[in-house]
Amino acid sequence: MGHFTKKSKAKPEISTASLPDIIFMLLIFFMVTTVLREQEVQVRTILPSAEALTKIEQKRYVSYIWAGPERLPGNRFGDTKVQIDDAVIEDMTNIRSIMYRKLTQEPRLIVSLRVDEESEMGVVTDVQQELRKGGTLRINYSSKRDISNL
Amino acid sequence: MGVLAKKKQRREAEIPTSSMADIAFLLLIFFLVTTTIDVDTGIGMTLPPELDLEVEPPPVRERNMLSILINAQGQVLLEDLPSSVAQIRGEVRTHVTNQGQDPRYSTSPGQAVVSIKTDRQTPYSLYIATMDEVWMAYFEIWDTEARSLGFIDYQDYRGSLDEGEENLIRDEWPAQISLAEPDPGDA
Repeated sequence: MGHFTKKSKAKPEISTASLPDIIFMLLIFFMVTTVLREQEVQVRTILPSAEALTKIEQKRYVSYIWAGPERLPGNRFGDTKVQIDDAVIEDMTNIRSIMYRKLTQEPRLIVSLRVDEESEMGVVTDVQQELRKGGTLRINYSSKRDISNL
Repeated sequence: MGVLAKKKQRREAEIPTSSMADIAFLLLIFFLVTTTIDVDTGIGMTLPPELDLEVEPPPVRERNMLSILINAQGQVLLEDLPSSVAQIRGEVRTHVTNQGQDPRYSTSPGQAVVSIKTDRQTPYSLYIATMDEVWMAYFEIWDTEARSLGFIDYQDYRGSLDEGEENLIRDEWPAQISLAEPDPGDA
């Protein structure tokens, strides 16, 4: 009877000495992989794929313009809209002043056009004309590597 | 007696923790190596400055210009001939590297211009595919040129350049891609 009670009292414990290591590992892993999203993108942008890609090394010079069908509640998509920072642009002529202001702050500005692959050229041409009026001439058609060719 | 011996054994059963840190570091290094951080990639372009109505654009001789037209239905017109996206790369290469031999193509690489014109209804994906082909043609020309200078490829040549040193390949074979002005009436 006596040795039965003793058996249940002896609790094998898991060592916690390595817990800090595990936590640090997880922390660093997430730090490396997480991309901080600064803006909520309100339009859908499935990027086209291309082969002749160049990397943008200086990320701090980059300013994004999104264009694509607007996300509507219930997983539906509306008309094609243009978004800069966190606002959907209703009047295209506003783009030139927005971009000109950005250019005065950062003369080496690169505008990355993240346009949905199902868009038509009309919206891209309009944005480009506005960019020319704003003087922001360095652009980049954001596209991803074609995986099917590898 | 037998009971006592059993008790002793149980108390000493512990998981060795000294190698935990090593395992953790191994995992960390594994993830560091395998994860790819999202890099911004794309096709770079420089837009032409806004047109000054009083200044005439510089004249380009017709033979130096390779015009690519893509209409709303996704059909490609290469120098007024119905064509396909896949043919663009070869055509651009012959156009740029012509060196004045064939009268239909450019007089010299420095003069050669590739002009892309689209409709408002042209699919964007097709425009990117066209742009991709044109750039790939130039990349291939630069690669060939770099190889003849004894480098592995153009990237290797660019890496060998010092800060501020002139890129001779790009100077000799400049990628001159012109985006045609949109028709004013159809906005």
